[in-house]
Amino acid sequence: MRKFILRYLIPRIIQYLTLIFVGITVTYVIPRLAPTDPVEAQVSMMIARGNTLDPQSVESMRAALTDLYGLSGNPVEQYFAFWGRLFRGDLGPSLNNFPTPVSKMIGQALPYTLRLLIPAVVISFIFGNLFGALSSYYPANRALNVLEVLGQVVRSIPYYIVAIVLLVVFSYFIPIFPFSGAYPIGTRPDWSSIDFILTYLEHAALPAATLILVGFGGWFVGMKSLTSNIISEDYVVYAETAGLSKNRILVQYIMRTAILPQFTALAMVLGTVFSGALIMEVVFGYPGIGSLAIRAIYNNDYSMIMGITIYSIIGVATAVFIMDLLYPLFDPRVRYQ
Amino acid sequence: MLKVLRDLLRYDGRFRLAIILLGGVVAMVLLSYDSPYDPGKSFVVPWDLPPSREHLFGTTSRGQDLFWWLTFAVRNSLYLGIVTAIISRVISVLVGLTAGYRGGWIDRVLMAISDTFVVLPLLPILILLSFLLRDSMNLLNLAIILGLFGWSFDARLIRSQVLSLRERSFTRTAIYSGTSGFWITINEHLPFVLPIVFATTLNNILWSIGMEVTLSVLGLSDLTTPTLGTALFWANQHGALVAGVWWWITAPAVVTAILFLGLYLLFTSINEFIDPRTRLRLIGG
Repeated sequence: MRKFILRYLIPRIIQYLTLIFVGITVTYVIPRLAPTDPVEAQVSMMIARGNTLDPQSVESMRAALTDLYGLSGNPVEQYFAFWGRLFRGDLGPSLNNFPTPVSKMIGQALPYTLRLLIPAVVISFIFGNLFGALSSYYPANRALNVLEVLGQVVRSIPYYIVAIVLLVVFSYFIPIFPFSGAYPIGTRPDWSSIDFILTYLEHAALPAATLILVGFGGWFVGMKSLTSNIISEDYVVYAETAGLSKNRILVQYIMRTAILPQFTALAMVLGTVFSGALIMEVVFGYPGIGSLAIRAIYNNDYSMIMGITIYSIIGVATAVFIMDLLYPLFDPRVRYQ
Repeated sequence: MLKVLRDLLRYDGRFRLAIILLGGVVAMVLLSYDSPYDPGKSFVVPWDLPPSREHLFGTTSRGQDLFWWLTFAVRNSLYLGIVTAIISRVISVLVGLTAGYRGGWIDRVLMAISDTFVVLPLLPILILLSFLLRDSMNLLNLAIILGLFGWSFDARLIRSQVLSLRERSFTRTAIYSGTSGFWITINEHLPFVLPIVFATTLNNILWSIGMEVTLSVLGLSDLTTPTLGTALFWANQHGALVAGVWWWITAPAVVTAILFLGLYLLFTSINEFIDPRTRLRLIGG
């Protein structure tokens, strides 16, 4: 156990902290590289847009901005103040919906993103790996080969294009799915009514399909190349000669071995998948973090963009860390070290 | 080199398809130099015409011929991809070779940084960055920014190659004969990793063009430059789908898909050719 903590747990914790440290430091440094004084630019933009703000709230906004950009005091003080705010979970008010805190708005949007992202990642991971292994175990199967080509094609194309193609085909030319949103405009979310849940699922179908399709190809190809060497290993040949059932060989002998690098790969692509989910939401007008981001861009809501960046970094880092903690459950070598 | 090309053409269907698709893309790039329209001007042709023989991809609501406009878009997107790839290749080769050869704490620090960049959700960071630099954003600046962020995964790949090269006897011979570490890396190790560098270049071009599309769709790039991303941005701005101008969305999406598929097939085909194990399966020795 002590060995496990020293060799496995502590390096992972250090990695987790490094990730957050580097990510947050990057978001701290970036505004400082911008050529204009961001605070005055923001304040004058708010005033120019004719927002009726009393002088006091302009002043508090200027203070909040100065604080948010971390521009009071010398750089070292600024840096520590920046961290101080983060630890208090205080990312300042949204400039567009002043004075609603950024954290609150992100908190409202996050469930929509997660309810799409988590099932989509799990489904594409399971099916991609399963079919990838099947396709290398049964190389002559026509249907699996077609699936591989499709997977490769979709996988290479950016999320945005896949999303827009699905949108054009399935809600424009063949209008079977709704155009945008998470539920019809004017309805109130009511989680106890079956009808609402059904329309919710209907609206989620295309966005989820985008994420699943792009992910599926990646896992399929990865699993196929991992298992293509394993199927000719001695222990697999032995199991076949011993007359074990094909399913058992596939699941317990071939996939069991190849799934471990796939778990590592899953942790590595989480950031990319999350980015993909953001852009997919923009295409489908889905009310998650991605839509929040595009509204913030249009409205020059700097603090919101900053908040989304910071939350994304911490969120992805934490997800990777949790996966690292779960990894020993799947890999006995780590457990029995 | 020619023999490699001939082998690939003969034995790999994906490579042939890639050459056909990319041939079309290159043809578009070349045609852009002979375009009858200036992409910066609008309302030079009647607007909202569906695809016809005269206007191959139709015309936009801004009165531009979509086909000729897209020839410029493809050219600019490829330019961006190539500049990004060059910048990030330089970084990843340097980091990969150094980390792999020197080992020890340098290796650990460099790999900790590159692992971080692999895992970080880059899109929000790039959104923040381009949001703040929006006024000075042009194609070259975007390429530099993407280049600075896109090196991490390939640095790790190159490092793992160098780790095995370091254990080979020719490295030891070079050390014993007094060659400096720098020259060993440049003269002895770099040639071995070049094929991988080439394959990852294609992948990196894909990544950066995809990122450009993403950022442009969000309105965060230089929107006056025609690229595959700004094509989609303007189509969205004019509500192309709602207005029934479906070709304005479809044409750039299809061209992007063709470009991506071509580069991706080329990448996988070359990648398998580099690896002797998969090459044997491919062309039988």
